Amino acid sequence: MIDFGFSVSPSSRINLDSVDRESFAALAKLEPDVLKCMACGSCSASCTASQFEPTSVRRAILSLQNGQVEQALDLLKGCMMCGKCTMVCPRGINTRHLIISIQKIYGK
Amino acid sequence: MKNNILVIGGGPAGLEASANLKRLGYNVILIEKDKQLGGHLAKWDRLFPDGVSARQTLNALLEEVSGVNCFTETQLQSINVLDKSYNAILSNGITVLADAVLLASGFDLFKAEKKEEYGYGIYEGVITNADLEEAFREKKLPSKQPQAIGFVHCVGSRDEKAGNPACSKVCCATAVKQACEVKEVYPDADVYCFYMDLRMFGRHYEDLYLKAQKEFGIRFIRGRVSEVAETADGRLQVKAEDTLSSKPLRVSLDMLVLMAGMRPSESGKTVGRQLNLTTEEDGFFSSADNLLEIQRSKLPGFFYAGACTGAKTLPDTLHEARSAAIEIDRYIKEKFSEK
Repeated sequence: MIDFGFSVSPSSRINLDSVDRESFAALAKLEPDVLKCMACGSCSASCTASQFEPTSVRRAILSLQNGQVEQALDLLKGCMMCGKCTMVCPRGINTRHLIISIQKIYGK
Repeated sequence: MKNNILVIGGGPAGLEASANLKRLGYNVILIEKDKQLGGHLAKWDRLFPDGVSARQTLNALLEEVSGVNCFTETQLQSINVLDKSYNAILSNGITVLADAVLLASGFDLFKAEKKEEYGYGIYEGVITNADLEEAFREKKLPSKQPQAIGFVHCVGSRDEKAGNPACSKVCCATAVKQACEVKEVYPDADVYCFYMDLRMFGRHYEDLYLKAQKEFGIRFIRGRVSEVAETADGRLQVKAEDTLSSKPLRVSLDMLVLMAGMRPSESGKTVGRQLNLTTEEDGFFSSADNLLEIQRSKLPGFFYAGACTGAKTLPDTLHEARSAAIEIDRYIKEKFSEK
């Protein structure tokens, strides 16, 4: 291939038409409170792991809703299951159970 | 002698104020430009937060005004300020000598076609909040099951370019209510709400939001829709930014509901011009004082109730109507008791 001196990067656009809805529905069945997230950021703010590694339950939920599974799993990789986010969540989401459920459904 | 009070506008504010003024012993003359009383309430199907019937709510208001002189399809032709009262000539030829006037001219819905990028009036699938209420009321929802439906908050609200920097107050709760209602009709459809921030300030509004998320699985996307276009197969392609992930977003929809906001009503402006009533920057009438004298205008004996002084919810409007009746009663007693 001829080298034109530039490359094409893949689109970072979210396409909601191609989101895997079945998996998210399965997740919502296992942990219905995933639907209640209002993106306040309390979980990320209290997260100990996020000081060392990009970790955020809020962003992981959003990524799954937007069909970015790899990104969601990456955002939970650093989680040490300390449960601080469960304590601070104003919607009362059992984030520990949510993280385990995400691993069950989307984890390899 | 009973004092005459002229009430301009037969929506919820005018009806509730008339009923209360009648109870206080005044002779109330209510005029309404449309064929029927009720204003926007008459065009709505169900009301947030509990989903009660708009018709039943209106009927309750109408029952209270029996005995009030109601003139429908009647407008104010001209009005003059006399020494102590107002001389109003109505379009039906009747002249009213009123000791106080209450303006309850309400709002007009923002004309959604002005936001051309949303495609209202261009694409069939793009409708307004009022169109959806009408479809619910007349049971005329499309029978073909839509796969995906979107709601756009703040259409013509919080939009300086569209001429309305103010929040219209009711659209957030209306959008969430309507999102739940369409999901009830089309349980298999994906329903999205495009919002900037959710202003669920009233009692039970937040519960409605939680219900929309938890029971109906409505997806809330924080970001304003930037443009709507048609796809090759005739669906609507909607672009927005998901500002929570800072990524552009695209989705194909079958129906897009625009939450048109509140603008000062044209009929109210006509009255305002005749009396040189002052308005604030947002175009709504200015009260004598925005905290203590919201119901009073700067003209003695001329009062306001409801959305003519800014966007209001139905309960807010009814409170103002009652409070205007008390203010008018106080004014009449102070002004006319010395004789």
